[in-house]
Amino acid sequence: MVTLDINGKRQNVDVPGETPLLWALRDELGLTGSKFGCGLALCGACTVHIDGKATRSCITPISAVANSKIVTIGAIGGDAVGRALQAAWVDVGVPQCGYCQAGQIMSAAALLKRTPNPTDTQIDEAMDGNICRCGTYTRIRAAIKQAVAKGGAR
Amino acid sequence: MSTARTSVSSPESVVLANVSRRRFLEGMSLGGLVLAVGFPSIARAQEPKKYGADGMPNGWTDNPLAFVSIGEDGTVTIVCHRSEMGQGIRTGMPMIVADELEADWKRVRVAQAPGDEKKYGNQDTDGSRSTRHFFEPMRRCGAAARTMLEAAAAERWKVPVSEVAAKNHEVVHGPTGRKLGYGALAKAAATQPVPARASLRLKDPKDFRYIGKGELKLVDGMDIATGKAKYGIDTRLPGMLYAVVARPPVLGGKVTKVDDAEALKVPGVVKVVQIDPSAPPAHFNPLGGVAVLARNTFAAMQGRQALKLTWDDGPNASYDSTAYKAKLEESARKPAKVVRNDGDFDKAAAGASKRLEAEYYIPHLAHATMEPPAAAARITNGKCEVWGCFQSPQAARDLVAKRLGMSADDVTVHVTLLGGGFGRKSKPDFGIEAAVLSKAMGGKPVKVTWTRDDDLHNSYYHTVSVEHLEAGVNEWGTPVAWLHRSVAPTIFSTFDVNAKNEAALELGMGVINVPFAIPNVRIENPEAIAHTRIGWFRSVSNIPHAFAIQSFVAELAAAAGRDPKDFLLDVIGEPRVVSPEKLGDTWNHGESPERYPVDTGRLRRVIEVAAHAAGWSKQQLPKGQGMGIAGHYSFVSYIAAVVRVAVDPKGVLTIPRVDVAVDCGPTVNPDRVRSQMEGATVMGVGVATLGEISYKNGRVEQNNFDSYQVTRMTGAPKEIRVHIIPGADYGKPMGGVGEPGVPPIPPALCNAIFAATGKRIRRLPIRDQLTV
Repeated sequence: MVTLDINGKRQNVDVPGETPLLWALRDELGLTGSKFGCGLALCGACTVHIDGKATRSCITPISAVANSKIVTIGAIGGDAVGRALQAAWVDVGVPQCGYCQAGQIMSAAALLKRTPNPTDTQIDEAMDGNICRCGTYTRIRAAIKQAVAKGGAR
Repeated sequence: MSTARTSVSSPESVVLANVSRRRFLEGMSLGGLVLAVGFPSIARAQEPKKYGADGMPNGWTDNPLAFVSIGEDGTVTIVCHRSEMGQGIRTGMPMIVADELEADWKRVRVAQAPGDEKKYGNQDTDGSRSTRHFFEPMRRCGAAARTMLEAAAAERWKVPVSEVAAKNHEVVHGPTGRKLGYGALAKAAATQPVPARASLRLKDPKDFRYIGKGELKLVDGMDIATGKAKYGIDTRLPGMLYAVVARPPVLGGKVTKVDDAEALKVPGVVKVVQIDPSAPPAHFNPLGGVAVLARNTFAAMQGRQALKLTWDDGPNASYDSTAYKAKLEESARKPAKVVRNDGDFDKAAAGASKRLEAEYYIPHLAHATMEPPAAAARITNGKCEVWGCFQSPQAARDLVAKRLGMSADDVTVHVTLLGGGFGRKSKPDFGIEAAVLSKAMGGKPVKVTWTRDDDLHNSYYHTVSVEHLEAGVNEWGTPVAWLHRSVAPTIFSTFDVNAKNEAALELGMGVINVPFAIPNVRIENPEAIAHTRIGWFRSVSNIPHAFAIQSFVAELAAAAGRDPKDFLLDVIGEPRVVSPEKLGDTWNHGESPERYPVDTGRLRRVIEVAAHAAGWSKQQLPKGQGMGIAGHYSFVSYIAAVVRVAVDPKGVLTIPRVDVAVDCGPTVNPDRVRSQMEGATVMGVGVATLGEISYKNGRVEQNNFDSYQVTRMTGAPKEIRVHIIPGADYGKPMGGVGEPGVPPIPPALCNAIFAATGKRIRRLPIRDQLTV
């Protein structure tokens, strides 16, 4: 049994400690917003925030995050940055299939919290770990900039 | 339409009554399923030829009772019967209905149809067909529903129907100005007869509210951005078990020994179940293997890792991509089956000023949808329900029924959002696996999840091809003789073990129907034997064909010392309308040769528009930069791209900008046309620079996104500008959008690299070929 602090709520999961956070979230807790894409931290679809830092949940064992604050796509809209990004994503029409976008938004939110007004190069570097097979990259960049312009970043 | 409460979320709540619609094709066999991927000539050679949606299994319907329901609170629920995989169809299709219905988009809800082609018409979301096949039926559907609301209002007011008109979610009585909302009319409208098709008044396109505007946001946009959107892999059912499957690593392989002792010791593992292999041909059937069922996906994955399995690899165990490439090259260099022959290539080539030849190679590719294949199934009281990311839900339904020995009427296929499709999810093998496992567990819900390794190891791959081109040119370097030998294992090998030649469908993807003004053309197609499941990948055979042809034309231009864009236009020749049949193309993307001829004027125009927008030859580019151009006709749309590249002294490639011009006829949702072109551009860049599935000892060598690389943000074009040729006449035929953006990109990119560096790329992917 491991107790996790997810989206401000303490939750118990009764699976071995080596279980990756992604599967605890998805299968044990029903938080399916975080996606499986590779299982090896290669695609970013599973990105969550651990103590504010963008982290690939597919390779993060739950035992390693028992004392951390975990935020998923389900709660990132609870702050101004996350909310601004989500609004920009819709307004710019970023998503195609949408599957990777939760991870994209989590990576973008971590970027803007760290770097409120990123350059193109900083955006590219922060987002390069998130694959979008539909190829929405130009709109992702545009949406991040829109979120910045609309004052979502602190 | 029917009355329904606001809580309507499933089209099943729509009361079907008074159904008057066209007769549907009956008796679909497996041949019909093959037909579903667009092979009419094989499946129904005996019947008169039908085109467009008429030529698809179960055709189309425009019955408002199947698609529209209105709640008493005025909520309009519109059913989308095509699968959403990123093309925006769940926004586009209901938008058409809503526009004709005069519905207020803010009060429209979208429901996803289950697999039921008798009710909804063809649902095989493939071939860039949804909008071009269903624009007209969906308009009529909305117009019929609007007419029923108007009739109900006229009846209520006891006035002639000619005095009332629906406008923005209410019906207005002109003379008195009285108004009734759609909610108030819903019940009465539902009892009105469905108007005859010929009596329908369609809106004048100048009055469209939504169609052609590109102003509506995606219906699923906020759900996606907040993580609420549900894909096949997100399916959760009470008491569900999670499964992963160890499948044969070689096509045709079988497991001969299973030791599951260690697997069963893994905490959370519940059971190990064998899935019988399917007899060839592969079709859409499961490959068989050994499934591990557990309380969560991770436990199932751990359990699978602990299995000790012995495989008999079967006849494809020696499949080796290096050896196979050599074999294809050998075939491509010898005369072969002639599939088009205009004039006399040999004579013209012999008399030419100069002869040139080149050979191009494109390897197998995997779709690598971000959501790997996944589906869940359960069986209760002799009825099976399946949930999954299916491009072709009716095929899933029919094949689940067949495999379980049930009637298709007892199988329900719920279609989730698809986390990418690209052709992979047209093949519902993963759904059948879920159903087989549920049956093995006494009907208990089971979800099958493919890992990325599974997805790359056991896909339905884009073919591998060698394209051999020869030309004889005159003293100005203009080709007077053209030979193209295209050799690639055919998609048909997946359905017929004896298929060795490219079919009409593959030849019609840009090789046989090359619309050049060259008097002597010979197209040949040597045989090739498939050793893996060949499937279709976004834009299919157009990828190798366009790459070879558009690269070769640029090579001829370079040899002639001419501007590649002007030279390409000259090779295409004067604007003219050509019958596809005259080009030897009997397929024409399933469309009527009269309604959809090849219009070289449109092809020329997109080339000119893209070039102009990109500033072609207007500017002196810095050293190490270059522009390349390509134009290609596919899925009855015309697309050209100008790619601008920068190659640094170390050979590192970046792509500052791409200009894409698209003529797909009139558009429903221009913003999604744009987004499809953007996405296709990025995918085309990935095909050109990174994508390769290769085999050794019958096995795929790539395991995940480290070895099978796809384009990331840093490798993608920094800027993509899409130029849509205006198509204001909605009477004109529509073209496809989802796929045709891909083919021009690899050749335009390689032509740009040539312009920047003088290096000609003939083998994809480029990967480190530029490294200095």
